[in-house]
Amino acid sequence: MLDSGSGHARSGTVLLQTIGLTKRYGSFLANDAIDIAIRPQEIHALLGENGAGKSTLVKTIYGLIQPSEGEMLWQGEKMVLAGPHDARARGIGMVFQHFSLFDNLTVAENVALGLDGKESFKAMSARLEQVSQQYGLPLDPKREVWQLSVGERQRIEIVRVLMQNPKFLILDEPTAVLTPQEADQLFVVLERLKSEGRAILYISHKLDEVKRLCDTATVLRGGKKISTCLPREETAASLARMMVGTEIKQVKAAANRQTTVPRLVVNDLSLAPDEPHGVHLKNISLELKGGEILGIAGVAGNGQDEFFAALSGERLAKDPGTIVIDGHAAGHLSITARRKLGAAFVPEERLGHGTAPRMRLSENALLTGHAASGMVHNGFINTAATLATVDRATASFDVRKAKRDPEAASLSGGNLQKFIVGREILRNPIVLVVSQPTWGVDAGAAAVIRQALLDLAAAGAAILVTSQDLDELADIADRIAVMFHGHLSEPLMTADADRETLGLLMGGSALTPKDVPDAVGA
Amino acid sequence: MQLVLEKRAERSTIIALVSPVIAIGLTIVTMSILFMIIGKNPIAALNVYFITPLTDAYSLQELAVKAAPLVMIAIGLSLCYLANVWNIGAEGQFLVGAVAGSWLAVKTNGTDAGVWVLPAMLLLGAIAGALYALIPALCKVRFGASEILVSLMLVYVADLLLDYLVRGPWRDPKGFNFPTTAEFDPVATVPLLFEGGRLHLGAVIALVIVVAAAVLLGRTIKGFEIRVVGAAPRAARFGGFSSNQLVLLTFAISGALAGLAGIIEVAGPVGHLQPGISPGYGFTAIIVAFLGRLNPVGILIAGLFLALTFIGGEQAQIAMKIPLDITKVFQGILLFYVLACDSLILYRIKLIMPQRKVADGAA
Repeated sequence: MLDSGSGHARSGTVLLQTIGLTKRYGSFLANDAIDIAIRPQEIHALLGENGAGKSTLVKTIYGLIQPSEGEMLWQGEKMVLAGPHDARARGIGMVFQHFSLFDNLTVAENVALGLDGKESFKAMSARLEQVSQQYGLPLDPKREVWQLSVGERQRIEIVRVLMQNPKFLILDEPTAVLTPQEADQLFVVLERLKSEGRAILYISHKLDEVKRLCDTATVLRGGKKISTCLPREETAASLARMMVGTEIKQVKAAANRQTTVPRLVVNDLSLAPDEPHGVHLKNISLELKGGEILGIAGVAGNGQDEFFAALSGERLAKDPGTIVIDGHAAGHLSITARRKLGAAFVPEERLGHGTAPRMRLSENALLTGHAASGMVHNGFINTAATLATVDRATASFDVRKAKRDPEAASLSGGNLQKFIVGREILRNPIVLVVSQPTWGVDAGAAAVIRQALLDLAAAGAAILVTSQDLDELADIADRIAVMFHGHLSEPLMTADADRETLGLLMGGSALTPKDVPDAVGA
Repeated sequence: MQLVLEKRAERSTIIALVSPVIAIGLTIVTMSILFMIIGKNPIAALNVYFITPLTDAYSLQELAVKAAPLVMIAIGLSLCYLANVWNIGAEGQFLVGAVAGSWLAVKTNGTDAGVWVLPAMLLLGAIAGALYALIPALCKVRFGASEILVSLMLVYVADLLLDYLVRGPWRDPKGFNFPTTAEFDPVATVPLLFEGGRLHLGAVIALVIVVAAAVLLGRTIKGFEIRVVGAAPRAARFGGFSSNQLVLLTFAISGALAGLAGIIEVAGPVGHLQPGISPGYGFTAIIVAFLGRLNPVGILIAGLFLALTFIGGEQAQIAMKIPLDITKVFQGILLFYVLACDSLILYRIKLIMPQRKVADGAA
């Protein structure tokens, strides 16, 4: 596919090199003098925790960010990028973690929007089909995007980049939204691209993947390059040490956890979506006892958000009996009433959903605490009580912040998540519904949060954890169920839930046909 | 070289306080240029606008008289705007409040009704303003209609209603055919604070409302609800607050305050119902609300400042033959600068020098 010269490039020649690349935001160094060299026919991993500077580095290479200092060499020559179009013109392509697709347009229309439009739509569609066939990324150009699974949407993004015949591809956490089987298929494609002489920069924090797929790995931490190594010669533990800088504490469940009475029961819950492309929840039933953690796995967009809204009371069910909290029919109750029954909720989005970003932590403590924790007397706010909650959450969950009561938006993701989880746990809930508890959180904070969930369960609460991170669920859940197209599978004991089985459930293939009469079209 | 707006980690408290001052400064500079263009001496004009009114007792009282309705209306509007609800029709609610209260004054005119008349008028004015404001609120909640358009259009309906009443059924039979009601009885008139002065009870009521609003917003859960629904709607829903209820509540409160201001204006300084009872208080109050940073105390200060432009505008017309409409231009420019300066609370301006070393090397 590539020009004759570079197709057989020796692995010694460097395709892209950065020398002392630095990006400064005020006094903050997002990237601090980073040297990295990427060769043709190489899959190069970029490893690091959230906030390590991975995104800044790749955005600089893709021309989205101008570096403050340092330079980039492209095939040995100095490269200054005015913008992504400059990068694309040189043969640099990027697949973002968050897709930029229009739901109501077809696959071909979406791809056309990303190209320069020099060829006719018909020719482009034909080429799209040909490229997608050639790389084993089957796509129907005429289907509208909202009908496609997340994996299929990612294919569009990849094909869109491949149609520009890039020499160098950047993929930002591509497997975060895929089932294990889909990830395997993606690896086959990447190997193939590599064999054609292309270079790939692969951003991830999944160490097993990196060890399996990548030839070289560069580890970033705190904006600095820690090392460049050969991942196949490292262990997952040694890579993790480089990423985090210290050993990560392993979470530990209490040895003999007792399950008690059912605390959260869902009876045949069905709920039509309130948005055009929302997911229809269908006949969901589960029973969760005190002392138990139930994990819900699944690819994003299969009804997890809708299920959270139904459980929390942000959307009400028609029949009160469909959701039972601690023995009380609650399907018709508001979120405040459910909190008064002893339920607590942690949504996926920290800023804007879990907290009001531009309000102080004490006010955000009041946001969910006003119903049932002595923060309000006769309509008046007890400021001392709200501040006390902030102080207790800070002390118990090691929330790092610049002052006693800052705005929520000024905290880092991990610290804000610790505050939110702390705020809810300090209310001693008997039911806790948590969505993506450690999404985008650094490893240290993630360990604190997971341990807190285990401790809360040990104290007798029923916990429902929705997560896309199968390792996380394996760590903390007693049972795991999978959500697919608004259906919830029967829960499996965590010991029986191997990746293979979960992966099949996440892809919908393990469901009996009668469960998914319309899954194909939906 | 390029100018970049860079997001601040936290909102800047200093800029939040200083931004209205910067806005006023920029407005004065712009107005000076405008005065020069129309051939007036800017120093003299600004002097007449902003200094002269502050130098005699009569003008100072007049300042409070003009500021009272502005502050009352702006407090109500600030509750709406904090909750991200856009009531633009306070002028209409002001007029309807004036009409409703005047109804009782007209009906009891010349009878020996007791001292209950004035309190009843104030109550009627507030209720009518609230009900009138609930029309756009209900249209928004029930049908998803834009409250901006509906509330604005209802201003003209109210204007014409008042016009019809004072030219028709309520016209003073002894009024030489002027479109006005009879002069209100003493029991239907807002009492003056000092004999022979201009300052009336309305100023005190405005102060009480400022304090009440400060307590509501700063100390109560309802005030928190108003702020959080506006600042982060999804988080507010997660907190268990209903935005629809709040649309109704904030519209009702702001309508009631505008209606109250309307009847106080008619039963106070004006003394009878007639067209043109408002020099645009309902619209100017929007500027007051934003210039006062949607904060009750800020609104009090901003209300006094905008009242100054009304008085200064009148004096400038008399003393320097500067058209009265310049006052409106002034207020418009001020709002423009206030909103522009507000972006500095969340962002800082940064000057970025070119740093393309490549370009240097090539040159």
